Amino acid sequence: MLTAVFVMAGLALAIGAVLGFAAIRFRVEGHPLVEKIDAILPQTQCGQCGFPGCKPYAQAIAEGNAEINQCPPGGEENIHKLADLLGAEFKPLNAAHGVPKPRSVAVIDEELCIGCTLCTQACPVDAILGAAKQMHTVIAAECTGCELCLAPCPVDCIHMLPVGESIGSWKWKYPVFPLTRAA
Amino acid sequence: MRKLHRFHGGVHPPDRKAESTRLPIARAPLPRRLVVPLHQHLGHGAKPLVQAGDRVLKGQMIGRAEGYVSAAIHAPTSGTVRALEMHPVPHPSGLSDLCVMLEPDGEERWVERGPLDYANLDPQALRLKLRDAGVVGLGGAAFPSYVKLSPGARQRLSTLVINGAECEPYITCDDMLMRERADEIVQGVRLIRLMLHAEEVLIGIEDNKPEAIAALRNAVKRGTLRMDVVPVPTVYPGGGERQLIKVLTGAEVPSGKRPVDIGMACFNVHTAYTVHRAVAFGEPVVSRVVTVAGNVLAPRNYEVPLGMRVADLAALASPLADTSGYLMGGPMMGFELPSADIPVVKASNCIIAKSQALFPAPPPAMPCIRCGRCAQACPAQLQPMDLFWFARARNFGKAQEYSLFDCIECGCCSFVCPSHIPLVQYYRFAKGEIWAKERERKAADLARSRHEFRQLRIERDKQERLEKLARKTAAARSHAAPAPAMQEAAANPADDPRKAAIEAAIERARTQKATITPRNVDNLTPEKQAEIARIEERRKKIREMARDRIEP
Repeated sequence: MLTAVFVMAGLALAIGAVLGFAAIRFRVEGHPLVEKIDAILPQTQCGQCGFPGCKPYAQAIAEGNAEINQCPPGGEENIHKLADLLGAEFKPLNAAHGVPKPRSVAVIDEELCIGCTLCTQACPVDAILGAAKQMHTVIAAECTGCELCLAPCPVDCIHMLPVGESIGSWKWKYPVFPLTRAA
Repeated sequence: MRKLHRFHGGVHPPDRKAESTRLPIARAPLPRRLVVPLHQHLGHGAKPLVQAGDRVLKGQMIGRAEGYVSAAIHAPTSGTVRALEMHPVPHPSGLSDLCVMLEPDGEERWVERGPLDYANLDPQALRLKLRDAGVVGLGGAAFPSYVKLSPGARQRLSTLVINGAECEPYITCDDMLMRERADEIVQGVRLIRLMLHAEEVLIGIEDNKPEAIAALRNAVKRGTLRMDVVPVPTVYPGGGERQLIKVLTGAEVPSGKRPVDIGMACFNVHTAYTVHRAVAFGEPVVSRVVTVAGNVLAPRNYEVPLGMRVADLAALASPLADTSGYLMGGPMMGFELPSADIPVVKASNCIIAKSQALFPAPPPAMPCIRCGRCAQACPAQLQPMDLFWFARARNFGKAQEYSLFDCIECGCCSFVCPSHIPLVQYYRFAKGEIWAKERERKAADLARSRHEFRQLRIERDKQERLEKLARKTAAARSHAAPAPAMQEAAANPADDPRKAAIEAAIERARTQKATITPRNVDNLTPEKQAEIARIEERRKKIREMARDRIEP
């Protein structure tokens, strides 16, 4: 009887020690699910989802505080990916958060810019270059097209320019063939 | 006799080469206008060095190589730069790119040039000279040659393969060049071999070009260097880099690797020719031999100044009345030009005039019956029917698993398909989508890292401001402590130094008030005195009224 108790207690202690060690040694830093969701999100940092950036939105999705259909720049494709990742049901994009738009970049009308720096403070990715009372300009390669700089501009000198096709970004289209009427 | 190998698959399209080899290479006359694109090679486009209104000489550099994979661009003739503007360039999309609009003055005045002393030149310096001479692969891909010549510094190559196979139908520019300028090609090959330290040189030429084989053999005999001119069987795409290496050496370039990884290098004969011109005469690449064939009266090869428009070039060969458009490159891998107002560039080896009779519209595509003929024809040993399936379903991950990127887009699969499915178009679509996804992913990564850095910076600034404030307060405290008035004040109200400071300030104000009397009431006239008294009376009344109203 006593032997059995000792054996069980010993086993419990040993296994507890191993588990305790493993919990410390193999501890996962950060939240792996948040990272996975964040990798799917488009990183526009536009805040249309209602969260200040893509990472907080990912966090909210992981914690169940947000729906997966709140990201207009990601579009339906991203909702499908999120649904696959989370084992959730696909939902159409929630129009309350906005509609998908073609990718565009902000352009500052440099004639009108008064150099107030309000847009540089609003830009989530530091893509606007300029100093107080100096003309500002957008680094097109780093602009995510989030439109966050439009509202703060006191002289409305920023507008969004859709990114057209260039030789570098052009891609072959899906082959389509005109149907001809058979005789 | 060298033992040759076979590559998998391949097809035998009618070669139609005889028409354009009857006449020798002719020099195309200078057109009235040249359109010289600044991006004629793979990699980065060149950076323009000229402005509208500049006068340039033939061979003057007008675009500087920018970045590692790039090459310089030169003025094809002397004349005046009319503009620097966007103009349609040879690209399947028909989109525009930055071009130098040159108006020739007809004098063909060369920029100062002379032979390079390559024997005493550092190999790296020689390579940079080739980059600045704009030497790129003229077989069709236009990959900057100096990049391919760079491994020589690190490793010895076993085999240098010179590509004179020219397997696509209609194209004969390499054939004619080998017949007429074999000595210069051999000189160029010698230079390439010198730079790469290659042990063995193999020149592969398809056996449908006996004149070229004979000419090169004679030239090799006249030269001092041992090279093997090897006739290879005529099978399309025997002129593909990987296919030619396989045929000549039996070695296979592994998937995702380049020939240099297995100790080989492959250069086109035309490239070797331009290497020779650049080194022996200091002449950059300003012209190339282009075949004009198809629906024209006089198919022929022309030495064309780069930037000559296709319309001007085709006019030399008198296109027939029913010409419906032009192809650039061969009928298998080339693409249809959206208009004839497009310049010839370094990659353009052939212009084919199209007509309904020569190139009838393909019959409608039927469903895939999985007969497997495409797999038998595929020189890259892929499974085109599966790739087609995945590309059509936009299942790009699966397409990549089936080695989509090993596809060389040679068109053999479409050529043999009994259902006439345009398979290559599907592969190009899938590749384009995968590249676009990759670009998007990179942009997202950049945005993420920049956003994270911004958050970090804002947090850091906040922290720094707090620290600065704390330091200031601490400094104020240590300054204030020894002051005697402070100590006195600090003793009674509390130990808070801020409160003490306030108390001290109040105290100071009080003493000041006691010692100083207002000066504006001295020396007043009796009338003024009376007025002040009246006002004081009124104020008293108002105060009383106010008190009455509040109190009850």
